[in-house]
Amino acid sequence: MAAVAPPADSASLELRASRRRLVIDSLGIIASVAGFGVVYGLSARAAGFSLVEAVGMSTIVFAGGAQFAAVGYVASGVAWPAIVVLTAFLNARHVLYAAGLAPYLAARGRALRAASAFFLTDETFALSVAHFNRIGRADLGGYAFAALAATFVPWNVATAAGVLLGGSIPDPKRLGLDVIFPAAMGGLAVGLISRRRELVAALVAIGVGLTVSIAWDPAAGLIAGGALGPLAGLAVDREVAE
Amino acid sequence: MSTQLILLALLMGAVTYPSRALPLVMPGIERLPSVVLAYLRLVGPAILSALAAVSVGIALDANRHATLQIGFEWVAVIACVAVVAWRRNLLLGLVIAVVLVAGVRAVFAT
Repeated sequence: MAAVAPPADSASLELRASRRRLVIDSLGIIASVAGFGVVYGLSARAAGFSLVEAVGMSTIVFAGGAQFAAVGYVASGVAWPAIVVLTAFLNARHVLYAAGLAPYLAARGRALRAASAFFLTDETFALSVAHFNRIGRADLGGYAFAALAATFVPWNVATAAGVLLGGSIPDPKRLGLDVIFPAAMGGLAVGLISRRRELVAALVAIGVGLTVSIAWDPAAGLIAGGALGPLAGLAVDREVAE
Repeated sequence: MSTQLILLALLMGAVTYPSRALPLVMPGIERLPSVVLAYLRLVGPAILSALAAVSVGIALDANRHATLQIGFEWVAVIACVAVVAWRRNLLLGLVIAVVLVAGVRAVFAT
């Protein structure tokens, strides 16, 4: 007769359940990342990037929006300093992601936090903050899965596929894959909403994000929405307490 | 094979990394006041909601001029959000969103 294993504690069960959900949630993200990675590879090839340059950008920059913009600007002959400034602007929202994860990762070593930061994208943040929120603490294994298996590897493999296979790949937009990214971000946001202040933060962020995007630029809209939404959420909470 | 643009990638990476790393590695991050921690916990739902809305609702032209875009994609995203709120199942929500959008596009393409 096999020995009976000691019962796992509830924290360990909770971690395993949350990791299972992380993996399932990642399937949609992987499809989205792969679809956009292929389109990026195709665009880069059309703009004259070599395989090394296209994949090198996906590996080193690892930021889809900025990479798409860079491909367009390189193709148009825009000067490099302008592209670099635009990249800094487009990626400034990562400050909010890092700040949002900082309380969870504060107890980890600085070198580990610095290394984790390299892989912090929209998708990595969305998957890992939902996972951390479910278990109430950081889980580096979960973060590594979100960053590497769900985002970094599919993005780079798809970039190479886009460059190498070219026009023989069907357009992901025709298959409806372009809706996965906004739908996944919205779905993961819903998973983080359990009280009125989170709902208010989300709704105000949407309103501010859209308004500033139209008035100025989507990159500014994301930063404004992500920064002002939480202030509104805190203000509502204070009113309730009073 | 050309490798000239690798230098551009390095420059782009050099301006991207600080925005990802600074809040995580700055000194004192582990001793933040409770109101700041409460604020940071709201950043997740706020930025993800804004990202979803801006991704589906804003169209950019070649000069990065933004306009509001109202299309069936909104319905698909809202359907996904409703499914996640109801069933706590993101994958199911995404499948429904993709099927809706692909179906509508197929109908209008013919």
